Amino acid sequence: MTPFLIYAVIAVAIFTVGLRGLLVQPHLLRKVMALNLMGSSVFLLLVAIARRNADPAPDPVPHAMVLTGIVVAVSSTALALAVARRLYAATGRDHLPDVDDDA
Amino acid sequence: MHASVQIRAAATFLSGALGVVLIAAVLQLPRDAAGLTRLVDDELTRAGVTHAVTAVLLDFRAYDTFLEIGVLLLAALGSLAIRRTVDLRDIVPIAVPGPVLAVMTRVVVPIMVLTGGYLLWLGTHAPGGAFQAGAVIAAAAILALLAGRRSITALGPRAFPALLASGFITFQAVAWFLLIGGRRLLDYPPAIAGELIVVIELAVTVAVAVGLAGLFAAAHPRDDD
Repeated sequence: MTPFLIYAVIAVAIFTVGLRGLLVQPHLLRKVMALNLMGSSVFLLLVAIARRNADPAPDPVPHAMVLTGIVVAVSSTALALAVARRLYAATGRDHLPDVDDDA
Repeated sequence: MHASVQIRAAATFLSGALGVVLIAAVLQLPRDAAGLTRLVDDELTRAGVTHAVTAVLLDFRAYDTFLEIGVLLLAALGSLAIRRTVDLRDIVPIAVPGPVLAVMTRVVVPIMVLTGGYLLWLGTHAPGGAFQAGAVIAAAAILALLAGRRSITALGPRAFPALLASGFITFQAVAWFLLIGGRRLLDYPPAIAGELIVVIELAVTVAVAVGLAGLFAAAHPRDDD
């Protein structure tokens, strides 16, 4: 197990946890958090990929992609929270309606 | 309201299966690949900046950053659309009670803005740059807001969208300027690459700071909601 593989496997594990949370958690705030967890795991993987080799200088391209990704993740999270808050203000609901939910 | 047992089991199985596939994919990655490190190092002399990450962000893959600023602008506009106004001046900041936050804000906010400026300057040759600078300044603005001071909410319905869009507009102006000059999109002439990057970084810093702080403030519901 090289350090790269340890980080990469942990990143996949975090991604899996986030995906499961996104699928089963009904509360919108939890869904947003799960989505962020998935995003963070991708950042972890990218940072690990940048240090894959023995070369002391890390690959700058994945680092730049993580920086870009963080801003996109923050932007989409904020927009999702604004939508969720508006949904709560308009309907009093904090979750999406179920398929068999008439409301 | 909670998902049924079957749905939970299916979701767990699905995520687990995808995890196994992803681990298999990760294990197959070439172990000792140099990636793009060498390529970036070779091209670094032609970039306007000496720090590799900044060079990748604002020169080699500048279109990524261009679109990213577009995403930030879109998200901020989306939040404002949900709020149905670009005017944030109706938000009355309510201070969290207690003396610590007020005093700390007075001391910390100027230092944070200064740190943001320093990070922006640092970006050309060391880790730092427009995003870090913008994020620190946005954090200072949000801290001031939480301490009951007007920061981002002092901006009027003209100044706020203008500052929000400044990064995207500057990026686009540079892109058009280069396209009309016969170069490819965001392919800077080496002679003025450094100057163009500094101009873009300044505008991106403002846009990131106003965008992030604006996203925070715009989540505040209107009184009639």
